[in-house]
Amino acid sequence: MLSAILTLTAMVLVIGAVLLWLGRRLAPDEDSLVERINGILPQTQCAQCGYPGCRPYAQAVAEGDADINQCPPGGEEGVKMLADLLGVEPKPLDETHGEHKPPMVAVIDEDRCIGCTLCIQACPVDAILGAQRQMHTVIEAECTGCELCIEPCPVDCIDLVAESEPWRWPRPDPIPLKVREAAHE
Amino acid sequence: MNDALPGDRIHGFPGGLKLQHHKQVACQHPVERPPLPERLFIAMRQHQGETGRILVAAGERVRKGQSLTEAGDDFIVPEHAPTSGTVESVVDYPAALPPGGTRRTIVLVPDGEDRWAPRQPLENWPERRADEIVDHLHRSGLAGLGGAMFPTAAKLRGGWSGLHTVILNGAECEPWIACDEMLMRERARDVVEGGLILAHAAGARQLVVAIEDRMGQVEEKLREARSALGAEGRVRIRKVFTIYPEGGERQIIQALTGREVPHDGLPQDLGVVVHNVGTAAAARDAVVEGSPLIERIVTVTGPGISNPRNLLALLGTPFAHLVEAAGGYREGVARLILGGPMSGTALPSDEIPVTKGSNCLLALTREETEPTQPTLPCINCGECVRVCPARLLPQTLFKLVEAGNYDGAADYDLVDCIECGCCAAVCPSHIPLVDFYKHGKDELAHRQLDRRRAALAKRRYEAREERLQREKEARQAKRREREEKLKRSETDAKSEIQAAIERAKRRKEGGND
Repeated sequence: MLSAILTLTAMVLVIGAVLLWLGRRLAPDEDSLVERINGILPQTQCAQCGYPGCRPYAQAVAEGDADINQCPPGGEEGVKMLADLLGVEPKPLDETHGEHKPPMVAVIDEDRCIGCTLCIQACPVDAILGAQRQMHTVIEAECTGCELCIEPCPVDCIDLVAESEPWRWPRPDPIPLKVREAAHE
Repeated sequence: MNDALPGDRIHGFPGGLKLQHHKQVACQHPVERPPLPERLFIAMRQHQGETGRILVAAGERVRKGQSLTEAGDDFIVPEHAPTSGTVESVVDYPAALPPGGTRRTIVLVPDGEDRWAPRQPLENWPERRADEIVDHLHRSGLAGLGGAMFPTAAKLRGGWSGLHTVILNGAECEPWIACDEMLMRERARDVVEGGLILAHAAGARQLVVAIEDRMGQVEEKLREARSALGAEGRVRIRKVFTIYPEGGERQIIQALTGREVPHDGLPQDLGVVVHNVGTAAAARDAVVEGSPLIERIVTVTGPGISNPRNLLALLGTPFAHLVEAAGGYREGVARLILGGPMSGTALPSDEIPVTKGSNCLLALTREETEPTQPTLPCINCGECVRVCPARLLPQTLFKLVEAGNYDGAADYDLVDCIECGCCAAVCPSHIPLVDFYKHGKDELAHRQLDRRRAALAKRRYEAREERLQREKEARQAKRREREEKLKRSETDAKSEIQAAIERAKRRKEGGND
């Protein structure tokens, strides 16, 4: 009886000590978690989440400072993927940060552009081309539609337009769940 | 070991269906050339890839065989004028794909003179280097005529080591299509010669012409052609069982060699490359006669056509014109299909023009198209699994796609689906399974594109951050330098003052002395 208690106590102490040591030694790899969260984010770099870019937001989510539902471009699907990755319950998108919109691109009205370079400085992905007192233009393939260039423009010459959506195979009608339902159509 | 491939035995492939044949309907007449249409609509991007710059403008006169678009790398295949005439306009015109969509199209009004631009055959091809032939075929606008329109040059290029066999695919498995059979009946010699050219360009020793076991006189014609060309040692003619879809690239390889092309591999990994027999004939025309790909045989058939037949149509001929040449529509025609009934696409109108991949126009009547029974829920019977030639799990894929779980479908290898339609044909619940797979594959392709764009944005964001950081550091370094200089000059000034005071002191002391 006594020997059993002693053995078990000794085992608990040894195992506990090993686990404690391992837990300190093998700290969770924060960097790779940030990278994985960042991989899910749409990389719009729009800062609507309240952080200056997708990576800072990923960092904040990894550290538990930010919630998973603050990314409007990622939409509900993005929230769900983050929830899956982090092992938490998905929640609806936090609309205070903005609403999910179809993909957009910025277009500069080149007649009105005065060449002030303010939008160039605001663009998080360097997708605007131009120089002081030269007309600016947006590289469409590199624009993420983050809207950050709209605010700084002093002459309001930047518009967001819906991206030319490529044709998609339509989703077929769902199959009725019950035979009776189908038969009655 | 490789010499034995493809062996003498005809192997099978998993799944497939024995379908009722309707080929003979269109094989009663020899291939004819329809009268010249009033206008030709030459669609851009008649191949997998991109279109080069358009070289002609409205009002320009062109000659037959003249390039209309620029040739670029192997995936930018040029288009050519099918006959001489005047370019009327360059417009967006209805196209077969995407369904209901349009495509940039050159409208050509033929002048009826059919005057050729200077033709440049590649003389003495057996002495030419492989890449010379590939370049010539590329300039001649060749893309796979079997239907997928894969650029021929891209398939031949690459110097695959261990490539030993070119397979000419003459097994058109769709029950109504007969253009390849008619081509082999009438131009067997050109097909075999074209095959030898392709084999030479691919660096393969052996040529295998695969035909269906029901093609009758075709085998005899091919044998005659082979002996006329003196190529008995290099050319083999193999008959495969007529089981749909044995004409699929991966299926015909499996039937001939008994080996399966790997999931993420290419036929070249097995030392073989497959071309359609029509592509071979076009290669022969390009090399021997110097004529680019400007026409093809189109089967115009089905219960909705008065006189079904095979027509040698100029690319760009509207299908309506071909239907007219085949005696017009019959009473009760309800649907037009480009390709066969199993894997073809429904056409929204007969205005759509012939492209390099248009093998068949099938007109069905109300009788065939009307659904006889409603679509019902899946009962997990597994019939679709039994007939799937790609050995997928169609019912699982269907459920995943229907639930919107596209990544899950990707895990079950949705991309390996060849869209043959066997599963949908046997489904006792009449579920249009292939529609779901097409939708799912398209969705996956778009996601791939989105991911690529996100990766680009991420790269550019990081590059910008790095640049800003660098600039900030440079600014700080400059400021530090300035401050130090200022500090230094301050201390200098202080010490100078100190020195002056001391000097003055000394002088004072000296003065007192």
